[in-house]
Amino acid sequence: MVTVTANQPVVEMQSITKQFLDVVANRNINFNLFPKEICALLGENGAGKTTLMNILFGYYTCDKGEIFIKGKKAELSSPRDAICRGVGMIHQHFTLVPSQSVLENIIIGTEMRKSGFLDLKAAKDKLLHLQERFGLHIDPEARIWTLAIGEQQRVEILKALYRDVEILIMDEPTAVLAPSEISDLFRTLKSLVQEGKSIVFITHKLKEVIAIADRIVVLRRGEVVAERRTGDTNLRELANLMVGRDVLERISRKKIPPGEPVLEIHNLAVSNDKGLEAVKDIKLVVRKNEILGIAGVSGNGQRELAETLFGIREPQKGTIKINGITLHSGSPVSAIKLGMARIPEDRIETGLMMDLSVEENLILETHVSPDFHKRGLLNFNKIHQFSNELIEGYGIMTSGRDAVTRSLSGGNLQKVILARELSGKPTLIVASQPTRGLDVGAMEYIHQRILQEKERGAAIILISEDLDEIFILSDRIVVMYEGQIMGDVQLEEASREQIGLWISGVKK
Amino acid sequence: MIGFKIVKRKPLPGWARLVIPVAAIIVTLVLSAIPILIAGGNLWKSYYFLFYGALGTRYNLLETFVKASPLIFTGLGVAFAFRAKFWNIGAEGQLLAGALTATWVGINAAGAPKILLLPVFIACGFIAGGIWAAIPATLKTKLKVDDVVSTLLLNYVMIHIMGALLFGPLQQPGSSWPRSSEIVEAAKYPMLLVRSRFHLGIPLAFFAVAIIWFINDKVVFGYQSRAVGVNIKAAHFGGINTTSVILRTAIISGGLAGVAGVGELCAIQYRLIMDISPGYGYSGIVIAMLGNLHPLGVLFSSFFFSVIIVGAQTMSRMTGVPYYIAEVIQGMALMVMLVFLLLTEYKIMVIRK
Repeated sequence: MVTVTANQPVVEMQSITKQFLDVVANRNINFNLFPKEICALLGENGAGKTTLMNILFGYYTCDKGEIFIKGKKAELSSPRDAICRGVGMIHQHFTLVPSQSVLENIIIGTEMRKSGFLDLKAAKDKLLHLQERFGLHIDPEARIWTLAIGEQQRVEILKALYRDVEILIMDEPTAVLAPSEISDLFRTLKSLVQEGKSIVFITHKLKEVIAIADRIVVLRRGEVVAERRTGDTNLRELANLMVGRDVLERISRKKIPPGEPVLEIHNLAVSNDKGLEAVKDIKLVVRKNEILGIAGVSGNGQRELAETLFGIREPQKGTIKINGITLHSGSPVSAIKLGMARIPEDRIETGLMMDLSVEENLILETHVSPDFHKRGLLNFNKIHQFSNELIEGYGIMTSGRDAVTRSLSGGNLQKVILARELSGKPTLIVASQPTRGLDVGAMEYIHQRILQEKERGAAIILISEDLDEIFILSDRIVVMYEGQIMGDVQLEEASREQIGLWISGVKK
Repeated sequence: MIGFKIVKRKPLPGWARLVIPVAAIIVTLVLSAIPILIAGGNLWKSYYFLFYGALGTRYNLLETFVKASPLIFTGLGVAFAFRAKFWNIGAEGQLLAGALTATWVGINAAGAPKILLLPVFIACGFIAGGIWAAIPATLKTKLKVDDVVSTLLLNYVMIHIMGALLFGPLQQPGSSWPRSSEIVEAAKYPMLLVRSRFHLGIPLAFFAVAIIWFINDKVVFGYQSRAVGVNIKAAHFGGINTTSVILRTAIISGGLAGVAGVGELCAIQYRLIMDISPGYGYSGIVIAMLGNLHPLGVLFSSFFFSVIIVGAQTMSRMTGVPYYIAEVIQGMALMVMLVFLLLTEYKIMVIRK
């Protein structure tokens, strides 16, 4: 039996490697967590933070590597195994039953029984005792749906404590919280540490890291790139470490002076699905022959902005003008008619009808044009010709125009959308995460296409989390953070460090 | 330990779409042997009389057509709605709406010539069924009311409206039964073959199959309806007016069921009775699924159903196997077909741990 001493880690993860298909999410990662510390796991989206912690929580099994918890080797094949060893994880999206009470949610799966019946009294006593000890007060009888998000998070924390968790993993815990709730959370985390717990705090927000963490581990592209004590570092260094200074693939690109404004956005405010303000009073202008890159971590209003431009989300206020004509809000038809090509971030959900043929997807927006139908009947001669030309022109790898779209690979799915959207020679292109999840070949192809469209004269908005992509394509870069534009800079004057700070919510 | 895992398989070749229904029917008949044997029937004799009863004589064969006609209409209507993911469980109510409206017109239309009256009749049935389906479609698109529940419940609303009218204004004068007067002679469907009940509604059903097939494959609206069914979000994104597509789909779906009601009234019963439909609307759901939502599939599965319905009567008379075996076979057919359809997309793998 090994005893835990102050300087011996409670968690040791050694050379952890995890691969999903052809993407390496974690490469040879060593990670230690010490008793009574808050360790921040910092990195951009896709850096591998959540994957690493999901491995520790038994959600994924690693391909290579070993895990020791409190000095003992742990084989974790399910979250149950992890919880037994004192590891708890609170995901970004809560796993609570809205119609049940706090107490019922907390005891789920660990019900105490007395001669076959639920012993709610004993459970409640245990819960009240925990609340007292950690200062996490909440009415055990309250229904979850009546609670604010911050309170629901407290329920999740109590749920973990109820299971006698000693190591608590929190995945982006502040993403859903209001500022006042964030300070409450930080107070809670500090009291947990004082009571002997150890915490991993996954985030990409630099200020929070500085405010709460004792130690910071920075991940980039699946690898640990740095480890710092909070006192020995600063925002600037962390921003640099997080976004990196990788050498970029340079695609040849012409510098064309931008022309007249094509897209003008005035005082646009948009709510998200929960009714919270996601885009706050944005003003943007994009010109002919210009690519405007919108950088930032997902969830900062980019999706809502894109959906409003696409015509599938109604803004709260503001106007959008394309070539001087006002976009009819909440009307996809208006966006199409005003010459906007729209590349949505969720190709499968929004962009494509996977169970229809490639051809049927290619004609989605054009089948109503007079070329393609006569008195209500589809003109298949023209349609076949059109889709054959697009399949060939965009090099879509498919057995034919009649092939079911579901049978295509990710890159080819995106080519179908690209072909459909660009076939109308758009004056404006709004591309949201156009290469997310694609292999390098498809990515380069799409980059080249976007540059060609710019040279042809289109105005382009490129929303991307991938900073490399932003730097390769954009003429001008803005950063979105919590629904606002953090900065606006020409490519020539942009530094990665500056962009990195903006992305993390730090203004100069 | 041995476990099972369901994994997606590669798309099957085109011929599989023809082989699968045939194989499903064979498997159904094999499985149906079990209840027949339990009921104490001789298997070969039972199946012989089942098919002889449905197909063996001219009259029986034509009766099978007669039974198939309303099933084709309701099956077609349900299939058309299901393709657009409008879950119309209400074909029964829509059928009754059609029959009810036709009755009202048919009793009061004395003096009008047949050639004029029949199209008016069919149109009335179509419109009434269409309106009865448009209600839940509007509730779905405007208020997000679940269409399965609303279409189903509207069946009962229609049954009770019909009951109220048959005991009230529509009741035959002097009768104490819930039945209407007979419709005028000019409103009756012409019989197309002598010594049979082979009526106008049968070629009409075939015509409807062709029309729906044509709409599905050639008409802009058919494409839009399919797009809405496959991914309503993408269809909306692409500029299709999904609200209007769902509404129009519902009207066509309900309208077809309504025409089934007109046929039962004008070719079989000649007056409205409470039992005008022995559940054709519900059978339509099964038929649509069995036919894989394709018009041609609906045509064949309607025939399969009517063979079983008509044949089971003879089988029951000749062998003593209860008539209800027909419903067991129908249910069995649906289960087998669903399993077969599942197996066209997935395969079951055995894993040894």
